[in-house]
Amino acid sequence: MNAIRTPTRRGILAGAALGGLTLGFRIPLPNEAIAQTAAAPTAPEVNAWVVVKPDDSVVIRIARSEMGQGTLTGLAQLVAEELECDWAKVTTEYPTPGQNLARGRVWGSMSTGGSRGIRESHEYVRKGGAAARMMLVQAAANAWSVPAGECRAAASVITHGPSGRTATFGSVAEAAGRLPVPTEVPLKDPADWKLAGKPVPRLDTAAKLNGSQVYGMDLTLPGMLNAAIHACPVFGGKVRSVDSAAAERMPGVRRVLRVGDYAVAVVADTWWRAKTALDAVTITWDEGDHARASSAGFAEVMKTALDAPQAAVGNRAGDAAAAIAGAARKVEAVYSYPHQNHACMEVMNATAVWTPERCEVWTPTQNGEAAHAAAAEAAGLPPARCEVHKIHLGGGFGRRGAVHDWVRQVVDIAKQMPGTPVKLIWSREEDMLQGRFHPVTMCKLTAGLDAQGNLTGLQMRIAGQSIVAGIFPQNIRDGRDPVVFQGLNAASNEADIGYGIPNLLIDHAMRNPHVPPGFWRGVNLNQNAIYLECFMDELAHAAGKDPLEFRRALMRNHPKHLAVLNAVAERAGWGTPAAPVNGQPVFRGLAQTHGFGSYVAACAEVSVSDAGALKIHRIVAATDPGYAVNPQQIAAQVEGSFVYGLSAALYGECTVKDGRIEQTNFDSYQVLRMDEMPKVETIVAPTGGFWGGVGEPTIAVAAPAVLNAIFAATGKRVRDLPLKNTSLRRT
Amino acid sequence: MAKLNVNGRVIEVAVEDDTPLLWVLREQLGLTGTKYGCGIAQCGACTVHVDGTATRACATPVSAFDDTQKIVTIEGLSPDSSHPIQQAWLALDVPQCGFCQSGMIMAAAALLAATPRPTEAQIREEVTNICRCGTYNRVIAGIQRAAGTGTAG
Ligand code: FES
Ligand code: FES
Repeated sequence: MNAIRTPTRRGILAGAALGGLTLGFRIPLPNEAIAQTAAAPTAPEVNAWVVVKPDDSVVIRIARSEMGQGTLTGLAQLVAEELECDWAKVTTEYPTPGQNLARGRVWGSMSTGGSRGIRESHEYVRKGGAAARMMLVQAAANAWSVPAGECRAAASVITHGPSGRTATFGSVAEAAGRLPVPTEVPLKDPADWKLAGKPVPRLDTAAKLNGSQVYGMDLTLPGMLNAAIHACPVFGGKVRSVDSAAAERMPGVRRVLRVGDYAVAVVADTWWRAKTALDAVTITWDEGDHARASSAGFAEVMKTALDAPQAAVGNRAGDAAAAIAGAARKVEAVYSYPHQNHACMEVMNATAVWTPERCEVWTPTQNGEAAHAAAAEAAGLPPARCEVHKIHLGGGFGRRGAVHDWVRQVVDIAKQMPGTPVKLIWSREEDMLQGRFHPVTMCKLTAGLDAQGNLTGLQMRIAGQSIVAGIFPQNIRDGRDPVVFQGLNAASNEADIGYGIPNLLIDHAMRNPHVPPGFWRGVNLNQNAIYLECFMDELAHAAGKDPLEFRRALMRNHPKHLAVLNAVAERAGWGTPAAPVNGQPVFRGLAQTHGFGSYVAACAEVSVSDAGALKIHRIVAATDPGYAVNPQQIAAQVEGSFVYGLSAALYGECTVKDGRIEQTNFDSYQVLRMDEMPKVETIVAPTGGFWGGVGEPTIAVAAPAVLNAIFAATGKRVRDLPLKNTSLRRT
Repeated sequence: MAKLNVNGRVIEVAVEDDTPLLWVLREQLGLTGTKYGCGIAQCGACTVHVDGTATRACATPVSAFDDTQKIVTIEGLSPDSSHPIQQAWLALDVPQCGFCQSGMIMAAAALLAATPRPTEAQIREEVTNICRCGTYNRVIAGIQRAAGTGTAG
């Protein structure tokens, strides 16, 4: 029989001979593992969210994934705020998707995307903390035979007011866990928060300083083999034939396998040997229908669609066409935005072990439940016989959420080697070629200005790719992808246009290339904010008005959008000249948008030398996420979002030739490095009453603010991204 | 067969000569703190010290080393995360996902060893590691804090 050796959730074996960690962990037998999944976690819990151990240490369960964005710490703060525990005693753990399934989704969604980690779950996780506190207090009150109302909890200690008696959380936790979970759970007013809302340090930093943080790629299971994979570089293509004779003779190689009908994997004792042998396999591809596809060819398709009669309407007011036709002045421009790879620092990877009875997977994922579903499907087993163990991610950015192609692959491989744990690691080249890419679009904007330079009508025709059509086609209704209009919607509290334009028509002519799309940090807000905010700048200049004043006149009914815009303008000193740097004059550009529930704006300061060298000196960013659970982590997210957004603006581009992506590694796919990083000043200005996201929104204002500043500096309007394709040299 | 001096210990590993040092560290020696990011010396995730110099372990075959060269990985930088860079990183919460940070820390530590009080321009020029989460400004502030220069924080 094939014994599956299953480290527990908390017991991941990392390292071996030298300086390796000797984490104590139990290896349950397969039956035991199933029992554990189906019943309850090993530690006694107060409720689903909180475990208090006899020594008073508190384990807070986190259903969402930590990928660097700080959600783990933020969610723990929210639970701990209501729990009234001693923050110094808090640790965290991930419940597994299998446990979530077995317990009726007691932890809710595990999806960690769309900047939803906190804003979507804050209420029920706070209630989880509050309910646990009420149960602990009740248990103490029962022990003392006093009314619970006479007792209160603070810093993991329950005090009976009248008598002064005290009990620690740990001493009553077991009794508390036997009490019914209360249904009426009042929450604190955020104004009374003591821990939430504070810039407390992250809980997960220490392990990231000495190499002890275990990522999926670092995992080692007893008896584990390693796999390298090569899928058909032309999307939709298949394996025609494989010559693996040479590879099979190479050191350490155990198997050369087909994965589905589209990929070949080598399994060896080490990954390096697997990869080396894979390079020695000769694969002939049936490249399928898209072998001649190119970016240039698809650009023609989109160009035609800019004027196509059929399009799905996203936002309409008045009669834009008539207003523009009757305008004193008409302004028109066409913009474009390319495919890009997420390029997470940690490439895709997963480890799996399969037997006819059971399948387990260890992987960094933004959505444990989706990974679990993908694993079960690939395993050919009911979900209750599968488990996924989530591991901290070396970056996610949307790549590791909606589509779990690498999980299907590793299970497919493991299934061909029953009982043997196999770790699949993609090479960087595989990761670049097999991405789920930022959608490619173009946009034609047409506007009418009256004689006074007021905007009377605006048309925006977006043409191109839909992420939803590629990933959740069932959500497309009448050819309409609702997500494609991010930042351009009429009032939705999620991603609304910030301008009152009397005659407006925004529509989308969907055209999908064969390149698979993905949700990419910032999603459709990225290009929409460029299209609208750069065109607003164009209109302001056409009207002879200051770009800030031009916008303000249209934002009277959008006070929250306006407030963040005003905040960056004021901090940056808009209206006063910027101080030159090294003799180069410095120019500013503005942008604002609303996305993922938050209002954001940026002011960029740049200089451009005569030779065309761009220097981005400073970005002032403002965000109003409603509530700020950890201002320091928000600042870190805003800073980081500008690195991602500026990488995209300056360099980000995946081009297609002969049906495949041309960029294969960080040499051909450049990203921002430290020498180009501007200073970022972050204004966190939560106004309350709504919950917005933090990880993504500010990305979208990076590019338009910089592009508008470049125009101010050079008079050149860059409308095609990335910037590297345009010379800024003064002619 | 290669003979290496890693984190103060001499070890022999049976491995093909052309295996990159990175994969010997990770797979034969179990030192997984050193990361694979690109394999072509572009990203710096695999940075280790070789005789004190920051070196990209993915691009050098193990046969280029013998036990006279002292290799130090993130696991061997300090016994208890007490290196000034590690302390500064902790104080400023530098890491986000953390995947690049072993390499960042090793690059920063090597910079400070060679240039104890680097200017901001030197830091920007010398540390060329890629961080996709975007920790660059905190990395700069962390190095300045460890060096006792600059006011960023
Ligand atoms: S892995 Fe060595 S530089 Fe990227
Ligand atoms: S912290 Fe995630 S890549 Fe640098």
